[in-house]
Amino acid sequence: MNTREVIIDVENLVKKFGSFVANDHLTFQVYKGEIFGFLGANGAGKTTAIRILCGLSTPTAGKIWVAGFDAFHQTEQIKRNIGYMSQRFSLYDDLTVAENIAFYGGIYGMSRKEIKEKTEVLLNKLEFSSQKNKLISDLPLGWKQKLAFSVAIFHNPKIVFLDEPTGGVDPITRRSFWDLIYEAAENGITVFVTTHYMDEAEYCNRVSIMVDGKIAALDTPEGLKNAWNANNMDEVFLKITRKL
Amino acid sequence: MKRFFGFVKKEFFHIIRDPRTLVILFGIPIVEIMLFGYVITNELKDIPVAVLDKSGDEVTVEIQNKIYSSGFFLRGGNLYSEKEIEKAFRKGHIKQVIVFEADFSEKLEKEGTAHIELITDASDANTASMIVSYTNAIIQDYMSYRNRQLQMPLQINVETRMQYNPELKGSYMFVPGTMALILMLISAMMTSISIAREKELGTMEILLVSPLNPLQIVLGKVAPYFGLSIINAITIVTLGNLVFGVPINGSIVLLMTLVMLFILMALSLGLLISTVAKSQQQAMFLSMFVLMLPTILLSGFIFPIENMPWLLQVLANIMPPKYFIIILKNIMLKGTGFEYVWKETLILIGMTVVFIGLSVKKFKIRLE
Repeated sequence: MNTREVIIDVENLVKKFGSFVANDHLTFQVYKGEIFGFLGANGAGKTTAIRILCGLSTPTAGKIWVAGFDAFHQTEQIKRNIGYMSQRFSLYDDLTVAENIAFYGGIYGMSRKEIKEKTEVLLNKLEFSSQKNKLISDLPLGWKQKLAFSVAIFHNPKIVFLDEPTGGVDPITRRSFWDLIYEAAENGITVFVTTHYMDEAEYCNRVSIMVDGKIAALDTPEGLKNAWNANNMDEVFLKITRKL
Repeated sequence: MKRFFGFVKKEFFHIIRDPRTLVILFGIPIVEIMLFGYVITNELKDIPVAVLDKSGDEVTVEIQNKIYSSGFFLRGGNLYSEKEIEKAFRKGHIKQVIVFEADFSEKLEKEGTAHIELITDASDANTASMIVSYTNAIIQDYMSYRNRQLQMPLQINVETRMQYNPELKGSYMFVPGTMALILMLISAMMTSISIAREKELGTMEILLVSPLNPLQIVLGKVAPYFGLSIINAITIVTLGNLVFGVPINGSIVLLMTLVMLFILMALSLGLLISTVAKSQQQAMFLSMFVLMLPTILLSGFIFPIENMPWLLQVLANIMPPKYFIIILKNIMLKGTGFEYVWKETLILIGMTVVFIGLSVKKFKIRLE
């Protein structure tokens, strides 16, 4: 495992808001092409950490490298090399499918020709070509979500950050959404995902669990289950959060 | 640059696809200018007019009959002394008092000249000047009819006095006022709402994570509204000019430059609001109460600032529209050049700088 290429390297990341410590000496590494689950209760500091990794917020201290760039000084380069999708899908309801794709491609500096070609490929792959000129507001939730993910990796980023991407969707749709995530990972895109759903945690290659601003555990789902003597990730999560 | 244009294009899609936005952008300006224009310049009909006839002779009765039979005026009663004039106005419905001097026809015949005084309630300035000119026309008409039968032309001197608003402030005021109102509405309110919408939908996060820098995002949001506001300003000035005859006596280049300055000021105010507001609704309410109502009530558009209690006068003095309206009035109506409006221009520039500074500061805090 350790011989693989490290794409996110975090060493003693500290983020303070006044006297409140949101991230307390986080240290972890994420490997290229890995699906990395980032778990924790609300308020544990997940969002703060993601914002720092995405270059939205400056850390207080630590050494943080994302896609080879320094999170203190090279946030512009970081932004160029990552994709991002949040719970709220991030597509514009009043634009069509094609217009949304073109807009996001455009702000990542893709050429018009490239956008056009890749749009064809993408819509064919999703079997979605007939919906090309439909407004997003007319699409069912599951489709919006798949499309939002496809848009987030449309510019072929090195890492994609998914902030609770499957909120409010049924398990079947969630499953088919994860097929897309696996596919992206196979194509070498590193997936950094936060989730509330413990069944999703099982799909990750490795999982970290944050409690009160610290990383309480970090291993493969199997490893965690063995270490905590649990049948599933739900139990692991409960045991870790209660014990501490 | 290409990214930026992609962004602006997206904004235009938002505007074009939302019927409500379209109505606010293009419907309201036209409706408003027509409304203000026609309400103020409405045709005269059945205006109650009272008479103080100090001579009560054949000629004055004849003139009165002509006036009352014209269809524009209604008999508002007879007054018997100067003191009653004020009282008649105060009671409310009398709009004009016609005063004939004593021994009217005698003076007219012997001296060839006699006096009529028209005292008009000018609190509604436009109507007042129309009442006067209609009355005047009827009297002149009567005179030319009488003069045809005489060799020596007789003369009736008509003296007019505007009660309550002697300088007729308020005439043509609706164009500068509407312009300030609409530019404020579109620039500030629409920008703040559209930025708040991105926040509400969560797309703002995505934009911030993208390689677009915050300045590009803000400019991209603001640019379409800047363009549309200019189109609206042109529409208002043109409509005012063609339909209502509001003149543009000064330099059009100067006018448009300062209009753009005001739009810039309003946009930066909209930005400031959007940094405070968390939702579209909040942005709307803030714009309404912080911008719209003061623009209507405190800018001098409808109520003269001089007549306000001092506290409201102080408030009115920190409202940007006041200065814009002064600028517009000067350039459009009085035809003055930059040397008469540089102070107001400086104030607007100062306000713009302050608003932009504050928004940038707030925006940075939010990013943390």
